[in-house]
Amino acid sequence: MRGHMRRFAFRVFVALVVGFALFPFGFAVFTSFLGGNALYDLRDVEASSFGIANYRALFESGQYFGQSILNSLQVAATVVGLSLLLGVTAAYALGRIAFRGRGLLLMAILAVSMFPQVAVMAGMYELMHALGLYNRTLGLVLPYMLFTLPFTVWVLTTFMRDLPRELEEAAVMDGCSPWRILVSVFLPLLWPVLVSVGLLAFVAAWNEFLFALTFVNQDAGRTVPVAISLIGGGATSRELPWGKLMAASVLVTLPLVAMVLVFQKKIVAGLTAGAIKG
Amino acid sequence: MAELVFDNVSKRYGKGAEVLRDIDLSIAQGEFCVFIGPSGCGKSTMLRMIAGLEDISAGELRIGGQRVNEMAPSERGIAMVFQSYALYPHMTVYENLAFGLKVRKADRAAIDQKVRNAARALQLDGLLERLPRELSGGQRQRVAIGRAIVREPRVFLFDEPLSNLDAELRVQTRLEIARLHAGMPGTTMIYVTHDQVEAMTLADKIVLLNSGDAVQREGSVAQFGAPLDLYHHPANRFVAGFIGSPKMNFIDAELESATPHEALARAGGTAFVARVDAAGSPRGTRIALGIRPEHAVLGGVAGQPNTLAGTVAFVEQLGESTCVHVRLDGGLLFTVRERGDARNRVGETVTVRCDPADVHVFRADGRSFARTRDAAAPQALARA
Amino acid sequence: MVKTLERPAETTSASGLARQRRRSALAFLAPMVVVLVLVAFAPLARSLWLSLTDAKIDNLSGQFVGLSNYVGEYGLFFTGDGWIDPRWATAVGNTLRFAVVSVAIETVLALAVALMLDTEFRGRSLVTAAVLVPWAVPTVVSAKLWDWMLQQQFGVVNLALAQLGYERIAFTTEYPMWSVVLVDVWKTTPFMALLILAALKMLPRDCYEAARVDGVHPVKVFLRVTLPLIRPALAVAVIFRLLDALRVFDVIYVLTGSTESTISMSGFVRDQMFENGDVGFGSAASTVLFIVIAACTLAYMKVARVRAGEGA
Repeated sequence: MRGHMRRFAFRVFVALVVGFALFPFGFAVFTSFLGGNALYDLRDVEASSFGIANYRALFESGQYFGQSILNSLQVAATVVGLSLLLGVTAAYALGRIAFRGRGLLLMAILAVSMFPQVAVMAGMYELMHALGLYNRTLGLVLPYMLFTLPFTVWVLTTFMRDLPRELEEAAVMDGCSPWRILVSVFLPLLWPVLVSVGLLAFVAAWNEFLFALTFVNQDAGRTVPVAISLIGGGATSRELPWGKLMAASVLVTLPLVAMVLVFQKKIVAGLTAGAIKG
Repeated sequence: MAELVFDNVSKRYGKGAEVLRDIDLSIAQGEFCVFIGPSGCGKSTMLRMIAGLEDISAGELRIGGQRVNEMAPSERGIAMVFQSYALYPHMTVYENLAFGLKVRKADRAAIDQKVRNAARALQLDGLLERLPRELSGGQRQRVAIGRAIVREPRVFLFDEPLSNLDAELRVQTRLEIARLHAGMPGTTMIYVTHDQVEAMTLADKIVLLNSGDAVQREGSVAQFGAPLDLYHHPANRFVAGFIGSPKMNFIDAELESATPHEALARAGGTAFVARVDAAGSPRGTRIALGIRPEHAVLGGVAGQPNTLAGTVAFVEQLGESTCVHVRLDGGLLFTVRERGDARNRVGETVTVRCDPADVHVFRADGRSFARTRDAAAPQALARA
Repeated sequence: MVKTLERPAETTSASGLARQRRRSALAFLAPMVVVLVLVAFAPLARSLWLSLTDAKIDNLSGQFVGLSNYVGEYGLFFTGDGWIDPRWATAVGNTLRFAVVSVAIETVLALAVALMLDTEFRGRSLVTAAVLVPWAVPTVVSAKLWDWMLQQQFGVVNLALAQLGYERIAFTTEYPMWSVVLVDVWKTTPFMALLILAALKMLPRDCYEAARVDGVHPVKVFLRVTLPLIRPALAVAVIFRLLDALRVFDVIYVLTGSTESTISMSGFVRDQMFENGDVGFGSAASTVLFIVIAACTLAYMKVARVRAGEGA
C-alpha cells in the first residue's frame, strides 16, 4: 500500500512541478489572444473574445517592436559569431600548447565571469562614446563580450584539451600549420560543442537587459528586452496594455522555447560542461 | 639517397637525467630497421625524434647526409604510421589519403593518381568513400599505411602498428608490411615494436635498447645488428636474455681454464665445456653460462660434463613443441624445449644436456665472450 | 583512440616544433586577450579611478577627491549620521536578503526536481523539457509574466483568490521582495536542477541498489548516502548562484523599478550614475560591490583550492 501512496505522491509532485514551470508562459499565450473585457475579467471570456488584435497592435506604425526583434537578432548573431571565433582560437592555444602563465590566464578569464556588470559600466560608457558605439544597436556587441567570452573560452578549452594528440601529430606530419590544424582537423570534430556554446551565447545576448537599457537611447535601436519593458510607456501596473504585452512576450519567447525543446540535450551538455569544469 | 645517421645523439627532458644517450647508428638506405627494447627504453621517443615530434638535446641526426635537427617534420621527407592510426575521423578514406598532398597544394590530378595507386596497392579501392568509423581495424591500419605511401617519403616510420590488432590479423598484416618493404626498394623503414617475433621476421637490422640504470652505464644502444647476429652473438647478457623465446637459461659458474678456442667452467658440481674465447681470464673468474631452451635436450648421464640433473616442475604443451621446466638440484629452474610429442610428467627425475658449441659465456659485468664455433648467421664474424 | 601515457600532453622542450607552437599560441590568444582587456579589465580600472573623482555624467573628467566617495559626508560609509549611507544600506540589505532567501529556496526546490528527474518514469524527457522552459524565457519577460499574473485587479492569481473568497493582494506593491524572489526562483531553479542532476548522474548506482536490498527508507537513503556524495558539486553550484545573485539587477528593476524597498546594489549603482548623474559616487558603490564579490570568490577558492590547467 505504501508503494502506491508513494507513486501517487510522486505523480502529484511531477504534475505540480510541470504546472508551475509551464503555467505562466501558457497563460501568457492564452491571454495574448484575448481582447476587450475578457482580458480583464476571465469570467467574461467567450468564443468571440479571441483574436489576434494584440499581435496586430504590436506592428502598427509608430511601434518599434518589429524593429527591436531585428535589432536583437543582429546583435545576438554577431555576438555568437565573434565569441566563437575568439573563443576557438584562444581555446586552441590554452588547451593544447603549454606556455608560461597559462594557468594564470585561465584564472583571469574565470575571474572576469565574476565581474558585476555595473563594475565596468562607467568605463564601458566612456569607451563606447570614444569608439562611436554609444546609442548604436550593434555597439552592444562589444560589452556583451564581457559575459560570453569567459564561458565560451572555458568550455571550448576543456573540449580542445581532450582531442587526441596523435591526430594533431598526424596533421603536423602532413605539413599543417597550427591554423590549418585548427580549421581542417579540430573544428569539424568540435562542431557539436560549438553549437551548444553558440546557443548559450545567443540566449545570453538575446536576454541581456542592463547594458541594452543603458547604452541605447533611441527607440528604433532598442533590443527586445528593453522594448518589452517599455511597452505602455512605463505606466503604472494598472494602466499597462497587458494584452499587447503578453503578445510581445509570446513572440519573443516562442523561438527560444522552441530552440530549447529542439536542442535540449545540447543545451544541457553545454550548461553542465561549463559549470562542472568551471 | 637516404640513409639515416644518429651521431652521438642524446635526449633529456628539462634538467633531468638523460632518457637516451650515446646513440651512434648508421642505417643504410632501403634497410628495414627495428627499434626494440623493454618498456621505458625510449624506442618510441627515438622514432619521434626522427619524425621531428621530439627535439634532440645533443648530437646530430642526418637524413640523406643532411642535418635535420631543426627541420620541421613535413620537410624531412618522412611519413609516419601511428599506433592508433590517427585517421581524420570526419574525412573519407580518399580525403584522408589526399590530405597531406592537399596541404602541399599539389595538383588535383596528381593527387588523384597517387591516391588511387596507393589504394590499389593496399586493396582499399572499394573503400575510398567510407569514413574511418565504418572500417575494420585492419582496414584502418591499411589506410594509415596508405596515407604514408602517398607522400612518397624516403623514410617510413612505424610506431607499434600491429599492437591494436588481434593475433590473426597481426600475422597477416606483418606479411603485408614485409611485402610492402620488398615492393619499395630504396625506401628506408624504421619500425618500433615490443614484439620479438615482428623484430626477428621483419628486420634487416635490429636496434636493441637498454633501459633503467644500464642506460647511464652503457648508453642506450645494447646492440645493433642483424637479427641472427643478435641471436647467435649477443653482446651481453641483456641482449641474450631479451632475444629468443622462451628466454635463455643462465647458470652462475666459475671459470677453471680457458684457451682461445675453449673454456672450462664449473657450476655447482657440474663441469661445463664451452666453445668461447676466454683466454686471458684467470682461474676462478666469476661467469655466467647461457643455454637456450631450444639447444638443450633431456637425457644424458648425470655426472658427465654439460649435463645437469633435476626434477620436472612444469610442462607446457604447445602442440608444435613442449616446454619442460626442470627444477635443477641446485634449485634453479631450467627450461628445455622438447618435441611436441614429448610426454614428460611433473615429478619425473630427468637429466639435461647441451652441446659445448651452444653454451654462451658471460663475464660478471654481463658482456659476452666471443663464440668460436660458427653459428648459422651469414654475417657472423668467425673469430680465430 | 589510444592516448599514450608516457609523455606530457604537449612537448615542452625547446625544439623547432615546440617553439613554433609557442609563437603561434601568442597569435591565437592575442585577439581574445585584447577584447577581454578592452571590455573587462580596462573599464574596471577606469571605474576604480572614477570612484576617486567627482566625475559627473556630462563631465567625466572630474577632479581627484580621494576617498570622499567612500568615506565621509558624501560617501558610502561613515557619513557622520551613521556608519553607512541609508540608501546604500538599504540596497545592500535588499541584495543580501534577496540572495540568501532566493538561493535557499532554489536549492531545496532544485534538489527535489533533480531527484525527480533522476528517477525513471514514462514521459521523463518531456518533463525535462517542460522544466527547462522557464530558463529559456527572457528575464524581462518572466518579470512581466508574473507581474501580469500577480496584478491586483486583473491578475489570474488574484482572480482565483477572489473566487475562493479571499481578499485580493497587491503583491508587487505590498510584498515586493517576495514577488521578486518568486520570479527569480521560477526562472533559475531549472539551471540549478540541471547542475544537481548532472552530479546525481555521476554517482555510482550500487549504493542505491544496496540500500534498496537492505530496505532502507528513501528519505534516509537521500540524507545519508546521496546528499553527502553530491555535497561538493552542490556546494559549487550554491556558491556560484550566490555570487550571481549578489549581482542581480534585471528582475528587480523590471518588476519593481527603482523603488527603495527592493533596489539592489547594482540598481543603486545605475541609479546614481545615470539618473542622478553622479558617476564618481556610483563608481565607488560599484567598486565596493566588486570587492565584496571578489573577496567571496577568493575565499571560496582558497577553501576549495581550485586548480585550473597548470601551465609549463
